[in-house]
Amino acid sequence: DGYGLGREALPEEIAAWNLDIAPDGTGLPDGSGSVEDGEWIFSENCAVCHGEFAEGVDNWPKLAGGEDTLADKDPLKTVGSYWPYLSTVFDYVRRSMPFGAAQTLSDDDIYAITAYILYSNYLVEDDFVLSKDNFLDVEMPNAEGFIVDDRAKTEYPIFTEANACYENCKDDVEITMRATVLDVTPEETAEEEAALQEAAAETVVEPDTTDKAESAVDAAAEPAMEAPDPELVAAGENVFKKCKACHKVGEDAKNGTGPLLNGVVGHPAAQNADFKYSNGMKDAAAGGLVWDHEALTGYLTKPRDYIKGTKMSFAGLKKQDDIDAVIAYLSTFD
Amino acid sequence: EADPLITEVQDWATGLGDGVDATPYGLPIEYEDDVVRRNVPWLTADPISSINFTPIHALDGTITPQGCAFERHHSGAISMRKEDFRLMINGLVDKPLVFTYADLERFPRENHVYFCECAANTGMEWAGAQLNGAQFTHGMIHNMEYTGVPLRTLLQEAGLDAVGELSDKWVYVEGADASSNGRSIPMEKALDDVLVAFKANGEALRMEHGYPVRLVVPGWEGNMWVKWLRRIEVTDQAVESREETSKYTDTLADGTSRKWTWVMDAKSVVTSPSPQSPITHGQGPLVITGLAWSGNGAITGVDVTTDGGMTWQKARLAKPGEKMALTRFYLDIDWDGSEMLLQSRAHDETGYVQPTKTQLREVRGENSVYHNNCIQTWHVKENGEAENVEIS
Repeated sequence: DGYGLGREALPEEIAAWNLDIAPDGTGLPDGSGSVEDGEWIFSENCAVCHGEFAEGVDNWPKLAGGEDTLADKDPLKTVGSYWPYLSTVFDYVRRSMPFGAAQTLSDDDIYAITAYILYSNYLVEDDFVLSKDNFLDVEMPNAEGFIVDDRAKTEYPIFTEANACYENCKDDVEITMRATVLDVTPEETAEEEAALQEAAAETVVEPDTTDKAESAVDAAAEPAMEAPDPELVAAGENVFKKCKACHKVGEDAKNGTGPLLNGVVGHPAAQNADFKYSNGMKDAAAGGLVWDHEALTGYLTKPRDYIKGTKMSFAGLKKQDDIDAVIAYLSTFD
Repeated sequence: EADPLITEVQDWATGLGDGVDATPYGLPIEYEDDVVRRNVPWLTADPISSINFTPIHALDGTITPQGCAFERHHSGAISMRKEDFRLMINGLVDKPLVFTYADLERFPRENHVYFCECAANTGMEWAGAQLNGAQFTHGMIHNMEYTGVPLRTLLQEAGLDAVGELSDKWVYVEGADASSNGRSIPMEKALDDVLVAFKANGEALRMEHGYPVRLVVPGWEGNMWVKWLRRIEVTDQAVESREETSKYTDTLADGTSRKWTWVMDAKSVVTSPSPQSPITHGQGPLVITGLAWSGNGAITGVDVTTDGGMTWQKARLAKPGEKMALTRFYLDIDWDGSEMLLQSRAHDETGYVQPTKTQLREVRGENSVYHNNCIQTWHVKENGEAENVEIS
């Protein structure tokens, strides 16, 4: 029987990947976590996108609120108002969160985060501790809010050949709504972009001696910084994946949840006029903070210890190699 | 007056062109550089967890070139070498197995053309006409020829003797990227036509489509077509993961939500003329064309109206419809230059006929996001420009 291909999966391999948790609790690990611990763990790891109270930042998902809105226009679907199973929260957080640093939290941390999300939705008290033992006792408000796909009964009998009209189907037709009135369609077409690039290219193409002169001046003015090692830069690009959810770099990059990081390495802190820095960061900048290698190392190791009150809720990079690499990578963006 | 393009010797007719290997892997000629995927930035918080749209307004035939086929990532497109690929089958199988990419290449293969449509395609149009272009209203779809191994073959390799009754079992599938994007698929579908694919349109999958291996779940919502496939678990219940509870469920007017709405019902759209593909030649012969598809089987016919649904006529199918694949339709008319309210309506082999937006709203209300397969209207003006509108 079979082709005899593949090899038997080892128990430790299955254990490493078989992390899913079913609604009946199958797959829940040992451990526990309190709302109290969850509050700061959530604050450190989740709040940057989901808000301190799970209320959501920008377009990132709101995890709390929305009770009794499901039948309204634009219902607010959160863990509290919509999610039918608590297992889904634990399962998703354990495998896929935090965004950009998945699978870095301990099982206790995940119990605590899950407990805090419940608390944010007023589903448990502030002294609540969640564990494998009481997991299934938590009642999810919308647990009974789902039905299995019923299109075969409610739709297919109506949308049929017999009901398809070909002649004299209606007396008149009126336009009731136009997309151009809303005007939310992205405008930029490739043609326009190409034209812009061409125009830009034309202005740059002229051989200009002042250009060279300027770069010579630049080179002289800047402290002789060694060109970063390409391998280190490549490694840094990889490390930067942890930062990408909030920070952008490169030509067309803009501020996101965090500030744009072009031209940061070697320059004074909080220089981006369009970004709303925390007071802690502004104070540090006023105190003369310059993002040299040492300062960046300090900040990236433990952001919240290095700048009190920073809005960056990233927990920090544990390895010096990673820090060196990401600094090298960032230094390539002027 | 004589055309200088004909009467004068052109550069290309006297000089020489590029040699072979000028582009070892070619891209489209520069004059086609507007035929690209596009994104709607306000839709999502971040392009790493987002979607873009196939330029269906500018394509013809049915096969979508990989380079402009829409992308959807939940934690970004990852770069994985074939050598680093592992696929595990575990759970209620006789013997849990691990396959390498080289192992997969040794199982008997099949080739099938299937469409992949995101459940959210046309989702922004529920409340009203929003986005002005077929690319944006209907571009979360692509259609490719896949090469791969039936999932059935791999499940049988791991053994389904001990699992007992198959009809109440599930397979849970997940990807290797940080999102995992796990989905539960009923065993009946898993043993039917699901494919573990490693080639599309004859070549390796693109990174953005799950290189080296993705799941192909014919006719079912794109979210289930797990990319960078790493694990298949046989279970006795649905996992009810985030992507099958908090997302990809359909809230009705009374606040109740449908779950497990996997099938993409029959749907069609006129791709040209359309807002991004206006009529530029004035009155006279006009090719009206578009795409039709159904997750329940083959397209058997497409109707087109130019008067907003007062009268309908049958379009010509370029080829007979194929199961769960895009079908191209044409209606060749003599346009008199007057304005048109252009719509298309798909029929599939089950006897289903694509509904109007009004019909869908009567059943589902206006709060739905996914599975909007309503009839689309383009208002074509006398100058040939077209706009996305809603009509009575």
